[in-house]
Amino acid sequence: MIVTSALVVGVLFAMGTYLVMQRSLTRVIIGLVLLGHGANLLLLLAGGPPGNPPLIGEDGPLADPLPQAMALTAIVITFGIIAFLLALAYRSWVLTGDDRVENDVEDRRIARADLDPFDDGRPT
Amino acid sequence: MSTDQLIVVPVVLPLLGAALSMVVHGHRWLQRVIGAAVLSLVLAAAIALLVEVHQQGVVALHVGAWPAPIGITLVADLFSAIMVVVSAATLLAVFVYAIGQPRTDSLSHWFHPVYLTLAAGVALAFLTGDLFNLFVAFEIMLMSSYVLITLGGSRDQIRSGTTYVVIGLLASTLFISAVGLVYAATGTVDMADLSMRLEDVPVEVRAALGALLLVTFGVKAAIFPLFFWLPDSYPTARTPITAIFAGLLTKVGVYAIVRTQTLLFPADEPSLLLLTLAGATMLVGVLGAIAQGDMKRILSFHIISQIGYMIMGVGLFTVAGVAATIFFIVHQIVVKTSLFLVNGLVEFHGGTANLRRLGGWAHRKPFLAVLFLLSALSLAGLPPFSGFVGKLGLIEAGTDEARWVIVAVSLLASLLTLFSMTKIWAGVFWGAAEDPVAGGAGDAPSPPLMLGATAALVTASIVIALAAGPIYDLAEQAAAGLLDPTAYRTAVLGS
Repeated sequence: MIVTSALVVGVLFAMGTYLVMQRSLTRVIIGLVLLGHGANLLLLLAGGPPGNPPLIGEDGPLADPLPQAMALTAIVITFGIIAFLLALAYRSWVLTGDDRVENDVEDRRIARADLDPFDDGRPT
Repeated sequence: MSTDQLIVVPVVLPLLGAALSMVVHGHRWLQRVIGAAVLSLVLAAAIALLVEVHQQGVVALHVGAWPAPIGITLVADLFSAIMVVVSAATLLAVFVYAIGQPRTDSLSHWFHPVYLTLAAGVALAFLTGDLFNLFVAFEIMLMSSYVLITLGGSRDQIRSGTTYVVIGLLASTLFISAVGLVYAATGTVDMADLSMRLEDVPVEVRAALGALLLVTFGVKAAIFPLFFWLPDSYPTARTPITAIFAGLLTKVGVYAIVRTQTLLFPADEPSLLLLTLAGATMLVGVLGAIAQGDMKRILSFHIISQIGYMIMGVGLFTVAGVAATIFFIVHQIVVKTSLFLVNGLVEFHGGTANLRRLGGWAHRKPFLAVLFLLSALSLAGLPPFSGFVGKLGLIEAGTDEARWVIVAVSLLASLLTLFSMTKIWAGVFWGAAEDPVAGGAGDAPSPPLMLGATAALVTASIVIALAAGPIYDLAEQAAAGLLDPTAYRTAVLGS
């Protein structure tokens, strides 16, 4: 059981990493959601093997509540930030009509500039 | 209120203030009064806490009276207390500046509440004694910074803000994964408890956990090679926001690196990994700065370069090295923030931060030129300014350990820093503008609050240089406390 869960964490992280490296902001956001799920599952696994009863139940080992509390906090935080990111993506779409993540404009300009210390690549 | 409970003030008061500020939104003057009152009280409480910690040793508060390691603990050792005082003072100065700057806090009703939650997040990051709470503190701080950096919603802000949020969220995911793995390996997230339990963890696992946390905090602190997001995103925000980010946010990342590396993963000898990262950060940051043609971007690259010096001191793992790092952080927070505030004034008068389109301000605004010169020389590390004391300490600590390469790199980076500061000086304050912008206020008087806040911070940096002896003694005591965590453990866990 714990091997299956560990594999699921790995697959979630792999898919998330792949999506985060895309140019389309929508895919990046989906990638971040998957990474967040992976991390939450990892937290849950940190509490030991699944199957133990919660605080009240039969005798024997109890499930550790602390990682579950941490996962809950992490879920809420990821949820909030993803919502904010979606709002940014919408604003970006309103402004540019596109959901591509753009390059640093100033960086491009400096890459084009020659070695004169005051040339910033702007057309003179 | 007992003195132990002072420790919650820097966290709880700004949160209450933020709530109140939200309730009265629409009444800007009321919001301003609330913000100024809260931040002043926090500064007073922080100073009282520093005095308390200096006299009594480490102060720990078990929140809700749940004993560690079960409950949440807030801990103030000398290092935390110093950081809280400096950050509270900077937050207050930048707040006053933001009130003075036209079109900043009037941009949105949400500026005041979000600024206060940022203050709470920063204070909690310094004061928490628990790894998971450190994550929560980072999130409070980052969430506020996401809102602040995109306040206004211009096209450029949205473009760079998106990168900033994505990088922040990625680092947070790594952080929470690291917390999960640490808990799986040790069964605790209380840092004092962890520092003992990690000793029993197999060395490979320990190294992996240490590396994961280093990468996480490395993103926040913008060390090489994880710095690329910073110079793109910081310059797009309003000046006071960039200034407080530059002064505080990366330093919270550095604080976390110092705390975890010294408390959880202590080493007996200098860490080659940290020293290499430090050297690369210094050089890449300063070379990036030289290439820029915009004052705000030059300063943003310098944030990165200076982070290298802080990592250098930690990498040495000696009392002298860590003490120099602590002194250097204090100096950096003040000087870096004041440089950005000067940049804001230059933009206010000249209408731009582009070096080619500015010129001759030394004659038109001589006082502004003096403020810039004092901060710039301090940043470059010229005697008798505070940067000199910090760098001297770092270089002495490096030569003590016979780490000549990093000493040479740090000297070279200092020289290049001076070069890029003269580039700003020549571009902004000397000569004539090639293609002046019409939008600036020109020779009109500077808004008194903006000028006053900047002058206050520059004065503070001079005071740091004048009082370098006592402050350095304090930094040395703090460093000794970091490298020998017995007092920290006793305060948190009991004997």
